[in-house]
Amino acid sequence: MSIDTSKVADSNATSAAKASKPSKAGAVATWADDRLGLAGAMKKNLRKVFPDHWSFMLGEIALWSFVVVLLTGVFLTFWYVPSMGEVEYQGSYDPLRGVHMSEAYASTLHLSFDVRGGLLLRQMHHWAAMIFIASMMIHLLRVWFTGAFRKPRELNWVIGCLLLFLGTLEGFTGYSLPDDLLSGTGIRAADGFLKATPVVGSYMSFFLFGGEFPGESIIPRLYTIHVLLIPGLLVALVAAHMLLLVYHKHTQWPGPGRTNDNVVGYPMLPVYAAKAGGFFFIVFGVVAIMGATMTINGVWKFGPYDPTKVTAGSQPDWYMGWPDGLLRVIPGWESVIGGYTISWNVMIPILITPPALLVLLIMLPFIDQWITKDKRDHHLLQRPRDAPTRTAIMVALMTFYGLAWAAGGNDIIAIKLHLSINQITYFMRGALFIGPVIAFIITRRWCISLQRHDREKLLHGYETGVIMRSPDGGYSERHLPISESEAYRLTARDREKVFTADGRIDENGVAAPGGRLDGVRAKLSTLMYADNIQKPTRAELEEAHHHAEHEKALTAALTGHAADGHQFDGKRPVDDEALRGD
Amino acid sequence: MTDLEKHGDDQHGDDHGTPDDAQGRLPAMTGGYLPVEEPIANPGLPEHTWRPTDVDEGAAKRAERQVSLMFLLSGVCTVLFVVAYFTLDIGDNWTTFGGLGASTLFLGLTLGGALLLIGVGIIQWARKLMADHEIVEMRHPARSSDEDRETTAAVLQTGLEESGLGKHSMIRRTLLLSTGLLAAPAVILLRDLGPSPASVANAEEGTGLKHTFWGTGDRIRVVRDVVGTPIRPADLQIGDLVNGVPDGLLELEGIELQVAKAKAAVIMVKMEPREITPGPGREDWSVDGVICYSKICSHVGCPISLYERTTHHVLCPCHQSTFDLADSAKVVFGPAGRPLPQLHLGVDDEGYLVAEGDFTEPVGPSFWDREK
Repeated sequence: MSIDTSKVADSNATSAAKASKPSKAGAVATWADDRLGLAGAMKKNLRKVFPDHWSFMLGEIALWSFVVVLLTGVFLTFWYVPSMGEVEYQGSYDPLRGVHMSEAYASTLHLSFDVRGGLLLRQMHHWAAMIFIASMMIHLLRVWFTGAFRKPRELNWVIGCLLLFLGTLEGFTGYSLPDDLLSGTGIRAADGFLKATPVVGSYMSFFLFGGEFPGESIIPRLYTIHVLLIPGLLVALVAAHMLLLVYHKHTQWPGPGRTNDNVVGYPMLPVYAAKAGGFFFIVFGVVAIMGATMTINGVWKFGPYDPTKVTAGSQPDWYMGWPDGLLRVIPGWESVIGGYTISWNVMIPILITPPALLVLLIMLPFIDQWITKDKRDHHLLQRPRDAPTRTAIMVALMTFYGLAWAAGGNDIIAIKLHLSINQITYFMRGALFIGPVIAFIITRRWCISLQRHDREKLLHGYETGVIMRSPDGGYSERHLPISESEAYRLTARDREKVFTADGRIDENGVAAPGGRLDGVRAKLSTLMYADNIQKPTRAELEEAHHHAEHEKALTAALTGHAADGHQFDGKRPVDDEALRGD
Repeated sequence: MTDLEKHGDDQHGDDHGTPDDAQGRLPAMTGGYLPVEEPIANPGLPEHTWRPTDVDEGAAKRAERQVSLMFLLSGVCTVLFVVAYFTLDIGDNWTTFGGLGASTLFLGLTLGGALLLIGVGIIQWARKLMADHEIVEMRHPARSSDEDRETTAAVLQTGLEESGLGKHSMIRRTLLLSTGLLAAPAVILLRDLGPSPASVANAEEGTGLKHTFWGTGDRIRVVRDVVGTPIRPADLQIGDLVNGVPDGLLELEGIELQVAKAKAAVIMVKMEPREITPGPGREDWSVDGVICYSKICSHVGCPISLYERTTHHVLCPCHQSTFDLADSAKVVFGPAGRPLPQLHLGVDDEGYLVAEGDFTEPVGPSFWDREK
């Protein structure tokens, strides 16, 4: 790869580097390579190409915030004591001095008030964890909306979903550790969830808590899960996620010179490494400033856990909000069958719906592939509008998530907006089902309209905002053709074909095996593709341009006259132009 | 082997009926399902344009100075961090500076500044001074070549044959059996995580899911939580709510106290006796309008606490289950499936409120065999 670097970085030396005496660094490199043989593997990868787009940064935020969580978490473990043994607090925080509490809570207070930087690190840890989960979610949306999950990247989608699930669990086990009144209430609810499990529920509760709730084992056990088990899995899965990313090479947006067979961007060394490495410091720095200026989980205000106390407005961390919302809006369904209690009011919102949605999320790429029957490798991204049904599916899921999340704050909404909590809850019971359907329809139509707009732009050019008056008094808007690269970008997508089930019935009228499934597939394929606007063919494009030429001829009399306005559409230099009448 | 072949064939053979005008395969797709009518040919990578820092030495120098300045300022922030660490007190004055605490605030701001300035500096360096040539790399299919697949399959086959795993079915089965059995120790070792619910159940000690502290003695007084003073019905006004615990519970310590409290906590309210609709068989469970229920929500176990005296409704702040205390604590709203368990109240010789026995049903969240 030869590159014209004649003008690059004048701050660098202008003459080529000469082979000099072996430096110390060179000697170290030789020593290492003699034993590890890394040069062979590194020569290819050091200049590996990464395409650039702002949306590719979302996953990077997740990665770097995870690193910050690990670093700050290690510090916290030096002072935090995962014990439920009762002690009398004698630290710096006046309001709780002399109060009996668990060692876990006392050490959290010690960390916050008697360790310099302790509160900062606690708050950084919490903020970074929230950023970790939030950025994973947004990264997931980006991957779905742009079709980056398609073959060969389905497995990385699965790993990503598992990371999101484990990250959420990690968050729950983490915010439970201070053993304050709020987190204890969360554990109390978790005990209720376990007990609602059919047949083995009370055993699960007794085993997890080491006896009757709250017992004295839950905090040390959550601690092991929080600092060893889940982080180990997270690190392993993050590593696998990154390895697959490197192996597949990153997806890219289509554009001039960017095809499904190449990857265009900056080399890892130096540009991408510098940008990504610099970005780590930025994420870390932002987290530090958040930890300094935004108090989060001020556990000293809640007091130690007491199973008979609770504060109004008790809520889990935001990422647990949506199952909590489902738990709030479910009617009080509980049945006793054959003398055994089945708590639908806990099972449906907690034990059934969230796992089912996780499985659905994991399966989405495979369902998509089954409908489209598309087994090609895809490395070019799609704009959300170019896959209207797919985009609409995720927006429907997001709507469900958002409504369930809002339901988890129904008490806050009721207080802040002076509404009836009962009415909010009744509304949510309906909205959770109707909202996603409405969102699906609107999103799908919206995308198709945007596709139609793209087609218009291709065929007739962009709207200049210039209104022309014809000799006989009619008004029309002048369109001008878009640039070639813009036009190419708009057409760089697949033409879609609706799957039809016919042709699968043999001459005796016997449907081929799987014939019924094919029917389902055909219906889904119709839903997926039939209404989409396809890009114009070459003939259509030429026809439209011919038409434009004709129109241009009609208005030719105007060209060369003083400016008619389109010069000021922001698409060309206007230095020498003047508006008519100036 | 054959599986691999089949899989490889799928790549091409299953394309039937799919759109196939993938970019980069344009010329080859003449016999495809849809004619390739790419309206616009790929114009190719746009020409590289030089940045001001590439062509103007002054701009490059300026960028160099900017980057170095940021690194220097980062160093200044780090020094300030050390100064803040050793000079600012922590402890109880956590509210200085907008409720944030001087030490926390300045440590965080200086640390954040030090990190941000390094990050911004590096990115400025990368954007302004490092080569900004985009380079092109060709992609390769994620799959291995057919040749590699065949070789690997053959090697696997050889390994399989040389081990004799296919031939010695007895070895295979017994190995599967023995390794499968190893799951048992892994699971069984978890057994002692906790006792079984049945093994801790003891009515006299108030332990287990179905017993509480109220059953550990005869006619235990209801005392106020925290202070532990007994209550006479006349001590309460209409509309009062008292958080109560059984007398003697507060003498427990640590975990024992928490476990006992988590089941035995009650709320006691006083209302006009005529407003009470007693449940069947519970006509004498209240005393002079004083009525007592478990404080632990029957949904997932939060302590309920928000009482509205005019309606006699009590609301759980966790999930908003609402119970009507005048009507056997029936659920009037929310996700709870059952009324709160009611405690049978009576009065002892000295006129203090007592429980006439334990709850008649398990308190707190439902579980599989709570009716048994």
